[in-house]
Amino acid sequence: MSSTDIKLPSAEDLLNTFAQKLKPLLQPNTALVGIQSGGVWLMQRLLVLLKNDISANAIEHGTLDVSFYRDDFEKRGLKAENRPSQIPFDVENKHIILIDDVFYTGRTTRAAMNELFDYGRPASITLVALVNRGGRELPITPQITAADITLDPSQNLQLIQDADGNLSLELNPSTPQNQSSRTQV
Amino acid sequence: MNNPQLDADGRLRHLLSIEGLPKKILNQILDTAESFVGVAEREVKKVPLLRGKTVCNLFFENSTRTRTTFEIAAKRLSADVISLNVNTSSQSKGETILDTVDNLIAMHADMFVVRHSQSGAAHFIAKHVPNHIHVINAGDGRHSHPTQGLLDTFTIRKYKPDLHNLRVAIVGDVLHSRVARSEIHALTTLGVPEVRVIAPKTLLPAQVEKLGVHVFHDMKAGLKDVDVVMMLRLQNERMNGAMLPSAQEYFKTYGLTQEKLSLAKPDAIVLHPGPMNRGVEIDSSVADGSQSVILPQVTYGIAVRMAVMAILAGGG
Repeated sequence: MSSTDIKLPSAEDLLNTFAQKLKPLLQPNTALVGIQSGGVWLMQRLLVLLKNDISANAIEHGTLDVSFYRDDFEKRGLKAENRPSQIPFDVENKHIILIDDVFYTGRTTRAAMNELFDYGRPASITLVALVNRGGRELPITPQITAADITLDPSQNLQLIQDADGNLSLELNPSTPQNQSSRTQV
Repeated sequence: MNNPQLDADGRLRHLLSIEGLPKKILNQILDTAESFVGVAEREVKKVPLLRGKTVCNLFFENSTRTRTTFEIAAKRLSADVISLNVNTSSQSKGETILDTVDNLIAMHADMFVVRHSQSGAAHFIAKHVPNHIHVINAGDGRHSHPTQGLLDTFTIRKYKPDLHNLRVAIVGDVLHSRVARSEIHALTTLGVPEVRVIAPKTLLPAQVEKLGVHVFHDMKAGLKDVDVVMMLRLQNERMNGAMLPSAQEYFKTYGLTQEKLSLAKPDAIVLHPGPMNRGVEIDSSVADGSQSVILPQVTYGIAVRMAVMAILAGGG
């Protein structure tokens, strides 16, 4: 299957579906955590789209850069760019909604969960991803997605943000370069 | 030029001196350190990056702060740490440095943090070790103390983010100071437009201007309108012969007092690499005053050392 055979949905349309599906999860004592970079872009958009529900429940939010928890550090080392994780609230007993852009192997999620537990013991973690592209390698799967698109390992699906903040999905052949720039581990 | 610090792809392999490191790598270290600062503020102050690795602190010369912060940094990266105070070990029984190193490699050490009173000691070890082992210079003679230079620069960047607009003064015993050399190289590489050194002629190396600094012998002229004052320790232990009349005399001329500090910009910050000689190079009221960032330097030193170790260990 080549990249040209697949018609990718609009990320902006998916985002609206995603927001509607997330709405019921927004309860008191929940917190949003976006995984760098795509998950953080999505979270920023959700904060606007769902602002009524978020402020009504006093929902806090933070970001994670899982670079220090990746299981391929030994092989790949640190990315040249990494951003500080920022969890400006107490994780203890919170219901965490972990936001990622593209769910693939599950290794990013594992790294993110390990990092979250170093901040405290959450009451629960719910994984939500804009797209599940299939191919998990761990017993982890997102509870909420806006689209499920099965892709071949030779393909790399990425969420892109343009200068105006618009989101889109991009499909490229997997290369060692885009493998390492993916938010997936 | 063959730079033993970098591998064929230009990645950091050892950290031996700031001299010869490209701006890109200095920024990579400082940016990564930024991410490690937050780790210390969490419930669990550890990340798993160096799990299963063994870091050997090889200190052929005494140090408390540097050794402790390297040890904490390695532990916060989940490494196992062995600190050898070589004065009290087999070196005193006549073992050579390389034999000590080879024995530790046979025990599967992955990284060496080396301090030695001889310039070039870390370089010597780096040339000897196999490819997968990394060496960090934690101070060699009068030559270099790269992580100190980096943590000072990191501290300055925290308080004065725009390095391209700074006037920095380094004050004191530049001649014996590996810290000063590392600071000068780090600051000039990162684009600080004006670095001054302020010292008596007897405490300046010959041709210090060639490092790209402005030389002042008068402290009052040198401190005028600076944003950053970096004090150096008067290194009595490295002085042979009479370079100074007395410590009191030195304090009078080159000691940092509130009065002299008032010549710098009002929001200037004061750094000191420690250990301080209060009443010799710095007055207690300045060391403990509101412009002092001497203790934050120590805290940031851990994050910077974590960054260096993480960058070295990854992708090896």
